[in-house]
Amino acid sequence: MNGELLRVEGIGKRFGGFVALEDITVSFAAGQLTSIIGPNGAGKSTFFNILSGALTPSSGKLHFRGSELNGLPQHRFVHRGISRSYQITNIFPDLPVHENVRVAAQALTVSYDIWRNRARLTELHARADAALDSVGLLAKRNELAKFLSHGQQRALEIAIALVSEPELLLLDEPTAGMGPEETKEMVALLERLAEKRTVLLVEHKMKMVLGLSKRVVVLHHGRLLADGAPDEIRSNPEVRRVYLGQSEGYG
Amino acid sequence: MTGPSSGEAVAKASPGGFSWLLEQRVLLSVAVLAVLPWVLPSQALAVNVLIYGVVVMGYNLLFGYTGLLSFGQAAFFGAGAYFTGIAIGRYGVPWFAAVPVAVLLSTCLAAAIGIVSTRTRGIYFSMVTLALAQLVYYVALQASSFTGGENGLRGFTVDRINLFGLQLNFLDPINKYYVLMAFAALAMWFQSRILNSPFGAVIEAIRENEQRARACGYDVERSKLIVFMLSGAISSLGGCMLALHLSIVPLDILHYQTSGMIVMMVLLGGARSFFGPFVGAASFLILEDVISLWTPHWQIFVGAIFVLFVLFLPKGIWGTLLDALRVGKARP
Repeated sequence: MNGELLRVEGIGKRFGGFVALEDITVSFAAGQLTSIIGPNGAGKSTFFNILSGALTPSSGKLHFRGSELNGLPQHRFVHRGISRSYQITNIFPDLPVHENVRVAAQALTVSYDIWRNRARLTELHARADAALDSVGLLAKRNELAKFLSHGQQRALEIAIALVSEPELLLLDEPTAGMGPEETKEMVALLERLAEKRTVLLVEHKMKMVLGLSKRVVVLHHGRLLADGAPDEIRSNPEVRRVYLGQSEGYG
Repeated sequence: MTGPSSGEAVAKASPGGFSWLLEQRVLLSVAVLAVLPWVLPSQALAVNVLIYGVVVMGYNLLFGYTGLLSFGQAAFFGAGAYFTGIAIGRYGVPWFAAVPVAVLLSTCLAAAIGIVSTRTRGIYFSMVTLALAQLVYYVALQASSFTGGENGLRGFTVDRINLFGLQLNFLDPINKYYVLMAFAALAMWFQSRILNSPFGAVIEAIRENEQRARACGYDVERSKLIVFMLSGAISSLGGCMLALHLSIVPLDILHYQTSGMIVMMVLLGGARSFFGPFVGAASFLILEDVISLWTPHWQIFVGAIFVLFVLFLPKGIWGTLLDALRVGKARP
């Protein structure tokens, strides 16, 4: 479980004259929950979009399980074992909950089959139900996704990402817009997920991040500011200055 | 494309007799079409419902299920008709072979138009399909030694057909209707299979959320191209039926007005419903028939009715009816 899973080498991203990320070099070991934090505009989302293939980096390289990911189209990333959730809920609103997850499960096997009856591909149904069960949504399987509560939609989003059984799960602010109760449930879910797989988490809620992660990476103005265990991050004067100090009690 | 539930998906989710009925949608649809010539005021009207129903059904795959608003479906309708006519009239191909050849060639045309158009999105997609379909129109207009130009294509009458040793007079309207209905049934069976297949789920996912579909691991561009070709293939079969029915191919069927009519028919009947295209084609053609009896300006009235539909019944006649039945079933 302790090999290197993902290595990021000198990644940079420019949008015209604006430098969103500059020379980020960091590597992630398998089987760990790592959080990426930083003030708004620090480049967290850009970093995530590069890791999931939605954006191509302007410079630098991505190595995943020893092979390079550069130049791979976004839809191939899932096939390699990297799956993500989004900061703003991103589901299939007019499809039933179960179908949301089932359609994600079939992407790896039978995308272009126009002949078989998908109702008979029972293995996919079972996998979708298992993923829904793991996020506590099995009881809602027949409802339309748009009728779920906000917290349930966030959980559904994770189930969609989870059903491809990724080696690396990227979660972009899974507790965004949640109340304290829903956040608590989500934290419990994240803890369960982290037991079995490698999770990268972007979060704003500091207390939650420090309690949950084994390792924290801090970004600031597109650069890597700090990287270490939660306790080191808490006592790092640079981090306190740019992030923690100004938002004491935040989250 | 923000209409509420996806009809088929909900039906599958909710148990009960109604969903069982929906699963037999091909048989039910064929049964309705079989009585059509005895119910409608004229058999000519019934044949047209059959033909336009198939064309619109193919279009529904692209517009209703995948959410791609094309304004160029007439190109495939026309291609099916012209290829059938040219194969029979010019090359002496027997009619039963001319149909698959025409569908195959039209699918190639759909691949060519699809490769260019599916790279664009939204209004640009609509405009590119419109422009390329007009290109096909002008090619048919100019290549008059092949197509008959503005006079249309003539000289390929199929008057009798041999059905496994059974000689049928194809000029008899009832014989003709049931032979063409067999083609429609084939198209419905094929479309139903696509909708039930894993790929049917992919196109619905793309309609619902293209970005998410891509993040789930789907090659969105490739899927759009495939559905564009399937849609073109089914619509072109409607063209083959038209050619067999009329024994001429009027140039007009390639015109963008035909594409517009196809869009109107699918919206009238109900996009994203299996039988909606036939209901849409029937209502449009009946309106045209009835209103043009007392005024030559029938398009004004059909247009007004269409606007009312878009405003108040966005799911069309059939889609709204299905919803009403479903709500009725949901109450204890």
